[in-house]
Amino acid sequence: MRKALKNEGVQAFIASIFCILLGVLIGYIVLLCINPSGASESILNVIKNFLYKKPARQMKELGNTLAKTMPLILCSLSILFSYKVGLFNIGAAGQYVAGACASLYAALAWGWGWLPCMIFAVVAGALLGSITGLLKAYCNVNEVISGIMLNWICLYTANTLLTNVKESTSPYTMYLDKINKSSLLPTLGLDRVFGNNENVTIAVPLTVVVAVIVWIILGKTKLGYELKATGNNRNAAKYAGMAQNRNIILTLAISGALAGLAASLLYQTGYMRWECTQSSVPAMGFNGIAAAFLGGLHPIGAIFSSFFIQHITDGGQYVNTNFYSSQISDVISSVIIYLCGFVLFIKLTMKKFLSKKDEQKGAKQ
Amino acid sequence: MGETHNSEYAIEMLHITKRFPGIIANDDITLQLRHGEIHALLGENGAGKSTLMSVLFGLYQAEEGTIKKDGREVRINNPNDANNLGIGMVHQHFKLVECFTVLDNIIMGVEPVGALGFLQKKQAREKVIALSEKYGLQVDPDAKIEDITVGMQQRTEILKMLYRDNEILIFDEPTAVLTPQEIEELMQIMRNLAAEGKSILFISHKLAEIMAVADRCTVLRKGRYIGTVETKNTTMEELSAMMVGRNVNFHVEKQPARPGDAVLEVKHMTVASRVHNNNAVKDVSFKVRRGEIVCIAGIDGNGQSELVYGITGLEPLVSGSILLDGKDITKASIRKRSASGMSHIPEDRHKHGLVLDYSLEYNMVLQTYFESRFTDRIGFLRRKNIRQYSDRLIDQYDVRSGQGSITPARSMSGGNQQKAIIAREIDKNPEVLVAVQPTRGLDVGAIEYIHKQLVAQRDAGKAVLLISLELDEVMDVPDRILVMYEGEIVGELDPKQTTQEELGLYMAGAKRDEVKDQ
Repeated sequence: MRKALKNEGVQAFIASIFCILLGVLIGYIVLLCINPSGASESILNVIKNFLYKKPARQMKELGNTLAKTMPLILCSLSILFSYKVGLFNIGAAGQYVAGACASLYAALAWGWGWLPCMIFAVVAGALLGSITGLLKAYCNVNEVISGIMLNWICLYTANTLLTNVKESTSPYTMYLDKINKSSLLPTLGLDRVFGNNENVTIAVPLTVVVAVIVWIILGKTKLGYELKATGNNRNAAKYAGMAQNRNIILTLAISGALAGLAASLLYQTGYMRWECTQSSVPAMGFNGIAAAFLGGLHPIGAIFSSFFIQHITDGGQYVNTNFYSSQISDVISSVIIYLCGFVLFIKLTMKKFLSKKDEQKGAKQ
Repeated sequence: MGETHNSEYAIEMLHITKRFPGIIANDDITLQLRHGEIHALLGENGAGKSTLMSVLFGLYQAEEGTIKKDGREVRINNPNDANNLGIGMVHQHFKLVECFTVLDNIIMGVEPVGALGFLQKKQAREKVIALSEKYGLQVDPDAKIEDITVGMQQRTEILKMLYRDNEILIFDEPTAVLTPQEIEELMQIMRNLAAEGKSILFISHKLAEIMAVADRCTVLRKGRYIGTVETKNTTMEELSAMMVGRNVNFHVEKQPARPGDAVLEVKHMTVASRVHNNNAVKDVSFKVRRGEIVCIAGIDGNGQSELVYGITGLEPLVSGSILLDGKDITKASIRKRSASGMSHIPEDRHKHGLVLDYSLEYNMVLQTYFESRFTDRIGFLRRKNIRQYSDRLIDQYDVRSGQGSITPARSMSGGNQQKAIIAREIDKNPEVLVAVQPTRGLDVGAIEYIHKQLVAQRDAGKAVLLISLELDEVMDVPDRILVMYEGEIVGELDPKQTTQEELGLYMAGAKRDEVKDQ
């Protein structure tokens, strides 16, 4: 038992579960403070999410959650990949925007098929990531600063460009299925499994494959060895003759590619359209940070943590609006997501506690 | 000092026992520090010195035993308690904020603050300058820690303690990075401090220094208390036998060198300083031949580090050239140099030598992981081969660690970390081995081992370039000594014919020859 507790993976898992419970508890307390009478019912609905619906609709609702989970997984992979190399790629949010812009523009303006659109999005994300990388490697510009600024540059560039392909009567881009059906991701028959929900596409298996690839690259390849060495100790990496600058740029390019892919896998389902007047960077990239930490910074952990976060976010819509204003759903889900960021802290506390116990045990011998 | 004391002792640690799972770090140890004495604590790495000091400093609580200050029993639960009791310590690994100035580091935690909460640095600066002049601890109060030499960082640590007016001063291996003259100065400082009534605990395994400065010496071995002796009634041989449990050979046994062709040639090399707007290495030329050990001696901060950075490729040259085996490697990348037969045991094993969060096996292949024996064609690591290779090095070079190849490098002792680096660098079978302070902070047994390895490389027909600050090492190990002063080579000496005094004069810049490019 004690041995199991010392295992990194087990610790990460326990810490994540603990954070989730804490988040739900605090969310519940917030609801109680606002209006005690509907609190229990509402928090249960948040946790239930699609299970709140009638059984016949459940699979379809689950499908919608899945469709939005996939980009979140990729965003958290993007964050954790760069984090392992000692870089905090907050620019993932902007790289996500670049991916969205690229795939939508290629699909709507040029009528490209789904695969070229997707590749274009990946390239756009990677390109943007490598700008941050170049700045970091050659001018020593902090990747967080340049990332945040590029996020905004990207948002307004995307708004400007996508205005060319927006509907004349609304601020939204045109429907993919009306203009260019070939740009929609193939469903591979998955739609039938989820109650004819066409939002469930090739994105699901593809994302899982990507997560496994990231896991393998980080854990088992020469590239992963180099990147993690650079992240852990830049000086030692230089001493060992690793190409530091190349590694920094490559890391942020890969990280950006993952974020770009994330956007493509959401927008090319046709589930969401770009709003050309939006004045804030989509939260997906930032939620990736919480998902990455909740998943214990492990690529496979990211799959589950992202699903949970999306599950809670979607569940927010079932908070009883008779008792609460409609914004409460965002408050609850963000409280829970916020608490998810505490995973590393909990892990550390656990480690300290265990070593203290060991010391006491040693004392008794 | 007219203070009256209740007890003969400033600090007493009586029958201290501290256990960790599977190991008794301190087993019934008694240490009594008199007022105004310099008391040495002697023992090899792992003898329990650090644990005992951590107990005194409140980082650990002992299971058994008591601590008395001036005859009164005290409980020290954390470092704050220790501070309140006037106990100060210069740690072996400095506790400094890299991006702060010397002055900021010294006043940190006890900042002089005016009525409105503004820092009053002027007073602090005056006090620091006064202290540094009084004790000859030369520092630049406005230099940032990351920009100054290890030697100056240590002086900052000592000033930190003096600034706080501590009464009980612990020096943890303070002379490891100092030059003979600086050591002499430090010892004078310690004597002055003791004369003023401060009590000093001097942790060391350098017997000559203990004999020179300490009044008494307590010896620990493998967690046990061996004894306390008056230094005037003992000899170095007796102390060393107490410490190691056997007689140690202080001198490196070696045959006369039979140098061959030049392997490493440095011609008119100039390297810029990272700190100042000038060159740290100025127009330096020398050769290292097969089958000889050449030592660059000098006071810390005279350009030795930059010289090594230039040779190994960590810093670009301003001018000059480097030849390895006749081939120009002036502009070659670090990896290219490594592949052409250069091994580098770095000055700072934590900064450059190891990725501390990697396992031992991953550290063993830090420069060779990309070779086809460790990486397959697709780019996957051949982890089985890495494990086998690491196991072999561990076995061959006697690297001790808790879990063998999978031990995190961070959890290993300093001596074994260094042994791992040496194993890795020597096993690359280099043409030239650049060893920078390879024995820094290690105990007698480990030093003996490393010196033997360097001589073995030489006898195998390799060229060895040793950079050392330790006078004993400089006199004992190499076949030729080049003395560096202010970025230039000011003398070439034959260790068999020179004396420590003569060497010291060159190192201090008081004497210089025109050294020709052989």
